[in-house]
Amino acid sequence: MNKDNSSNKKNKYKSIIQETIARNSSKRKMKNNLITILLCSFVIIAIIPLSSILIEVFKNGVGALSFDFLFQPPGSIGSQGGGIGPAIQGTLLVVGFATLIGAPVGILAGVFLSEYSSSSRIFAYFLRLFNDVLTGIPSIVIGIAGYITIVLTLGSFSILAGAFVLSIIMIPIVARVSEETLKLVPNTLREAAYGLGLPKWKVVWHIVIKGSKSGILTGIVLAISRIAGETAPLIMTILGTSLFFGGFNSPVDALPLRIWRLASQPYPSAHEQGWGAALLLILLVLSLSIALRMIAQKRSITFKTTT
Amino acid sequence: MVNLKSYRILGVSLLALSLLVPVYVNSANAQQVTINGAGATFPFPLIDTWRVEYQKVNPDASINYASIGSGGGIKQFTEKTVDFGATDAPLSPTEFEKAGNPVHIPETIGSVVLAYNLPEVTTPLKLTGPVIADIFLGKVTTWNDPRIQELNPDVTLPAEDIISAHRSDGSGTTFVFTDYLSKVSQEWNDAIGVGKSVQWPSGLGAPGNEGVAASIQGSPYSIGYVELAYALTTGMKYASIQNQDGNFIAPSINSTMAAVSAAAPTLPEGSQPWNNVTITDAPGPDSYPISSFSYLLLYKELSTNPSMNEQKANALVEFVEWAVTDGQQFAEPLGYVPLPQSVIDINEQTLRSLTFSGNPILTN
Amino acid sequence: MSFKDSKITHSELVKKLDLRNKKSFFGDNFFKALVIGASLYTLLMVALVLFALSEGSIPIFLEEGINFITGTNWNAVEGRESFGALPYIIGTLVSSAIAMVIAVPISVGIAIFITEMIPKKLGTVLSFVVELLAAVPSIIYGLWALFVFRFWIRDYIEEPLHNSFGDYISIFARAPFGLDVFTAGIVLAIMIIPIITAVSREVIKAIPHSQKEAAYALGATRWEMVKTAILPSSKTGLMGASFLGLGRAIGETMLVTLIIGNAIGMAAIPTSLFSQSQTLSSIIANEFNEASNDLHLSALIGLGLVLFIITVFINIMAIFIISKVSKSYSNLRE
Repeated sequence: MNKDNSSNKKNKYKSIIQETIARNSSKRKMKNNLITILLCSFVIIAIIPLSSILIEVFKNGVGALSFDFLFQPPGSIGSQGGGIGPAIQGTLLVVGFATLIGAPVGILAGVFLSEYSSSSRIFAYFLRLFNDVLTGIPSIVIGIAGYITIVLTLGSFSILAGAFVLSIIMIPIVARVSEETLKLVPNTLREAAYGLGLPKWKVVWHIVIKGSKSGILTGIVLAISRIAGETAPLIMTILGTSLFFGGFNSPVDALPLRIWRLASQPYPSAHEQGWGAALLLILLVLSLSIALRMIAQKRSITFKTTT
Repeated sequence: MVNLKSYRILGVSLLALSLLVPVYVNSANAQQVTINGAGATFPFPLIDTWRVEYQKVNPDASINYASIGSGGGIKQFTEKTVDFGATDAPLSPTEFEKAGNPVHIPETIGSVVLAYNLPEVTTPLKLTGPVIADIFLGKVTTWNDPRIQELNPDVTLPAEDIISAHRSDGSGTTFVFTDYLSKVSQEWNDAIGVGKSVQWPSGLGAPGNEGVAASIQGSPYSIGYVELAYALTTGMKYASIQNQDGNFIAPSINSTMAAVSAAAPTLPEGSQPWNNVTITDAPGPDSYPISSFSYLLLYKELSTNPSMNEQKANALVEFVEWAVTDGQQFAEPLGYVPLPQSVIDINEQTLRSLTFSGNPILTN
Repeated sequence: MSFKDSKITHSELVKKLDLRNKKSFFGDNFFKALVIGASLYTLLMVALVLFALSEGSIPIFLEEGINFITGTNWNAVEGRESFGALPYIIGTLVSSAIAMVIAVPISVGIAIFITEMIPKKLGTVLSFVVELLAAVPSIIYGLWALFVFRFWIRDYIEEPLHNSFGDYISIFARAPFGLDVFTAGIVLAIMIIPIITAVSREVIKAIPHSQKEAAYALGATRWEMVKTAILPSSKTGLMGASFLGLGRAIGETMLVTLIIGNAIGMAAIPTSLFSQSQTLSSIIANEFNEASNDLHLSALIGLGLVLFIITVFINIMAIFIISKVSKSYSNLRE
């Protein structure tokens, strides 16, 4: 009798539990679906501005593009003519010089962190910390430092000052990516090189660095796409101008700076040129980003197949 | 993979080099001289026109002007990072001394207008100095305030908040505007004062005359102060302001000229301080009350600036001489007042006194 | 080299090896010097920024003392000079706070969605698209915000809020026209979403599979798994990610100068969501090129110093939090 009662109770409880689970599971499933939809809408919220920006820049800027626009200096204020030739040239030159300074320094710093950090752990720790701190310093603050150290000392706005501040922004990005890429080179390769009797510097240079070329290039391209869009530090170092490059101690122009100046004007022709310049800048930066992605993906495949 | 990258690097460097080509072609010509100036946005449309027109007169000289505000012009000129400065605010005694006693050369005369964006109102508004001061002090807050309404009895004013627009950068236009307000409103003088950058109690800030004009255009029910040329070229409406004699005067070439001659200032020599020169709130029945000179700043002894050489000094002074004489023909179409002969004479005298390494530059 | 065949003696061999060591000794040390030099250069840059800022701020701190941080004046009129950073500190905090309130939930949500709730391939594509948001230069954000987005915000968000609640709730009281601290906060949020998302994704990915599988084994739905297995242990990491985003928002300049309204001094302290304001970085960008008054220039550099200290502090906190988190994960990992 007792056994019957207990098994009946068990069955009762079992059915109650099953019922509850069945009821709750549809509630839980609904909650799960609702939240999935909510999070999906978050993604859409994030993507809408991006597509709006791309559409607006393309829509408003494509009308400004022409041969004159790309190669001529600006015309009289408010007039239809002229272009942003000096700005394009300026961006290429300033970014180019900044890369000449920033890329080697960044790569070598990354090499230190990856290959030589064992010789002084404390130094490496502080280097890594300050490197990360440097990434986070607002670019306008770096611009102030550049103004005080270069513009005031040399006595003029110049491409050197601009390249200097952009290189400071570039170094930590290149260093961080280089360090991580170099660390990925398997130790077996290093040991093999040592075993063959190569001195350390040859090991680092020929084996490690040359073996991480695409990764390091990724870092450099990432940094370039970042500094090509920087405006604030350029305001106080290159000043901006309507002329083409005139020497190492004259002001130069740059795309982001020109966009800022054009956007602040009330003339529709200036606005149109501003959108056109923005289109060029965004094309430059986006194509670099996409190229970056493709290199990065190719690289991960390459490494998988070796070790 | 490697090949692709090297091609890309090659392509970019070729592109960069190709853009340097026009530069090197230019600088191959040893006569080419670039003159850098910076400063006021007030005269920028005129100076920019001069930049284009002077190229036709003297193809060897290129003028480069960065329109960064009078404060910026004075600063860069004092730091000797540019060859000439431009400002609507004459140098204060402190600035004058710090800059090494430069010469002031008035290159044009303009007027500051109160431009506004009222979609429904088509007739030009009338305003008085005290009312304008109270708008910018934040004491008059709506367009249909009785004090504005009583000046414009035939106009239906909307019951909207007034958005006032001012300069966010150091501006000679601000200097002229606050100079006027300090004269017509004791409260303004006590609370805010005169300056290129003042502590605005409210309102929207934008960089440059261009920025303020753009802000007014983009914000309905806003009002701001801009140089006349900017109002004319963008088609904005501007107010008529009551002058000392009690007449409501619209800004124009004639009313500004009336202000210049009625104020009949005894102008100092170019090398003296100009901080007491002001033609705002000028007397006379037809004078527009907010008018001002705009000045070019040059060193009396041009070699004070280390990056100056004889060729550049000659080019600079010749350009300025052209600007204050032949260049004046371009002023009126842009809404600037051509310099009266008396001022041109003073400028000529100043220019003749300029030297490079002790030698006078203009010899004819 | 075969030792047996060539009649080389042991000492000659040693000499030969010594020679080679000498050459490589030179190359090794030269290269090491290069590498250390580059590292020192990097450290020097940080020191340089700090030094330039400090030296430039000395005049204003001598003049105003602690009042520079707590004062609300910003008067450059000659004879009445007085400068205080407080309004801009408040403006920076308010605009960044608005940005964080919007960005953090959205970014964490996106990160969870991308890593846990959809197939991996789709996740990679979506994360790439979100990263593109980070690639857009901030001046273009500013351009777009000034000419397009601000009108959208004014018409569809600000005006309805003002019309419905303006009379009761003071933060909606001002008449909006799109250039204010609210718009700045929203656009800043859009800018920092990719950063917080990227780091959050790494944090979430690092949760050991065993935790997730345990939750699924107990019959959890996707969301319940996230709620119980991922969120509790990744809270610190997500906080670190948010701090990184906060650092970026605080330092953003160009975008802010175009849409925040550029108020000065006391007027820059936002009394409503639709007030004009000013941040530390935007006023530096606006006034730096023309502060001819020495004290004015020093005040701007002083603002730069304040900004520097705030961002370095936040970044170091973020770095420590994230490194602590990755250490605790390596403990959890089987």
